[in-house]
Amino acid sequence: MEVFVQQLINGLTLGSIYGLIAIGYTMVFGIIGMVNFAHGDVFMLSAFIALIVFLVLTTWLGVTSIALALLVVLICAMALTSLWGWATERIAYRPLRGSFRLAPLISAIGVSIFLANFVQVTQGARNKPTPPMVREVIVLWEGANGYAVALSYKQIIIMATTAVLLGIFWYLVQRTSLGRAQRACEQDRKMAALLGIDVDRTISLTFVIGAALAAVAGTMYLLYYGVVSFADGFVPGVKAFTAAVLGGIGSLPGAVLGGLIIGLIETFWSAYFSIEYKDVAAFSILAIVLIFMPSGLLGRPEVEKV
Amino acid sequence: MSVGGINVLVDETRAIQDGKRAPLLSVRGVKTYYGNIIALKGVDLDVHEGEIVTLIGANGAGKSTLMMTIFGSPRAREGRITYAGQDITRVPTHHIARMSIAQSPEGRRIFPRMTVYENLQMGASVNGGTHFKEDLDRVCDLFPRLRERLYQRGGTMSGGEQQMLAIARALMSRPRLLMLDEPSLGLAPLIVKQIFSVVKELNERDGMTVFLVEQNAYHALKLAHRGYVMVTGTITMTGTGRELLENPQVQAAYLEGGRH
Repeated sequence: MEVFVQQLINGLTLGSIYGLIAIGYTMVFGIIGMVNFAHGDVFMLSAFIALIVFLVLTTWLGVTSIALALLVVLICAMALTSLWGWATERIAYRPLRGSFRLAPLISAIGVSIFLANFVQVTQGARNKPTPPMVREVIVLWEGANGYAVALSYKQIIIMATTAVLLGIFWYLVQRTSLGRAQRACEQDRKMAALLGIDVDRTISLTFVIGAALAAVAGTMYLLYYGVVSFADGFVPGVKAFTAAVLGGIGSLPGAVLGGLIIGLIETFWSAYFSIEYKDVAAFSILAIVLIFMPSGLLGRPEVEKV
Repeated sequence: MSVGGINVLVDETRAIQDGKRAPLLSVRGVKTYYGNIIALKGVDLDVHEGEIVTLIGANGAGKSTLMMTIFGSPRAREGRITYAGQDITRVPTHHIARMSIAQSPEGRRIFPRMTVYENLQMGASVNGGTHFKEDLDRVCDLFPRLRERLYQRGGTMSGGEQQMLAIARALMSRPRLLMLDEPSLGLAPLIVKQIFSVVKELNERDGMTVFLVEQNAYHALKLAHRGYVMVTGTITMTGTGRELLENPQVQAAYLEGGRH
């Protein structure tokens, strides 16, 4: 029981990071039908930005309050990563819109390779550690066998930040005119233009939002694991993409749900079975779900009344 | 003048003979292509302020293409389109939409996963939601059914309701020129009647200019002040609604003896 609860906590933490990344995949896919393969590397980039900003703040500027430092790190990472998201859309994807369907996809793979190698060359190939940031742990209860269920401050920060930002994001998409324009473009781009919506701007905005949420994930990832390397974009990226597909690509709640499920499967599998096979477990569940629900858990079927 | 052996009714319009104002919308020599296939072969057409103008023609004649070309999507490869004195031939679609022209396009194209309310908000996006409440009331008075369905998702409504929503959405921007593409398509006669009476009301009461593309030639010509007939990308006839209704060629081709 204690092990179960502990893994549940760990799984939800990991899952919320996946969910944040998955939103970027699902939004971009929803609006322009492209799988943004560079998104995982955008996440990795944001973790590096977070690391650099954190080190600058704590060692050069002598900021001692971790809470303040984390807040500044988060804001800087979101801002710079958004800028990156905006710029790549302009440079690497927009010129290819209206070209054949695979062109932007291939371009995204190129961006992915570029980013990973750029970071490798400029930052080095080794794991980059942060000084330990938040170490406090709350022991929830201790089982009879001496196994203590612990909830770390880190985990609280990660889950709370994710929840708050998802709340803001949800409000933005559902309740504001920007979000409405975004959804309109996703449902019918041509019609949105006929109603005066600047489709290009809306697509840019989608990339910016996706990158900003990936930056939150990157910062949280760095906080959680304390290390990041140039290769860390790939596996979490693929996992988050899996989460998006599992939840139903194009569906925002689906992305979050998929992220949590992948996080939980991975954690539970590692705890109860074998850590080597955790990815096999996650991807197998994906395959099984897609066989029985081809449009994912919350995805909509393709048929629509016209 | 004779195009392809069909006599053209050269009754140049009342409005032009009145002659004081330039047309609100003017299309001159417009050619539109889909890839290498020509869809519009040089179209001339005018819509004057306060008129209802209808464009009739068979499937695939290019009527909807003209509607979309006016909005710059697809763009005219040759020719000139002016609206309210401005050349809009090369203006981006979303800028044209902000010039107080609104379109209810072919196939209605309502946003299926948005509520009726949100669809109407989208219609009002060009004026940033100012006087939204007032306009919402106005379109709900025109189409009371929408008021009952306000929080239902667009995609779950019937065809007739979707058509009403598409027109209502176009009206939310307070257009000077309302363009309707086949509002009667696939609808029950009673609903068609209702929609056409709304169009008439908008024109007579609010002085709204209407450009109506229709296959339902009888109703359209009865309603319109003037009409154009399009055959495979070319305007072959023009005249007042009554003239076209009485024209034997129009009757033979589009009215099936005139009984509807």
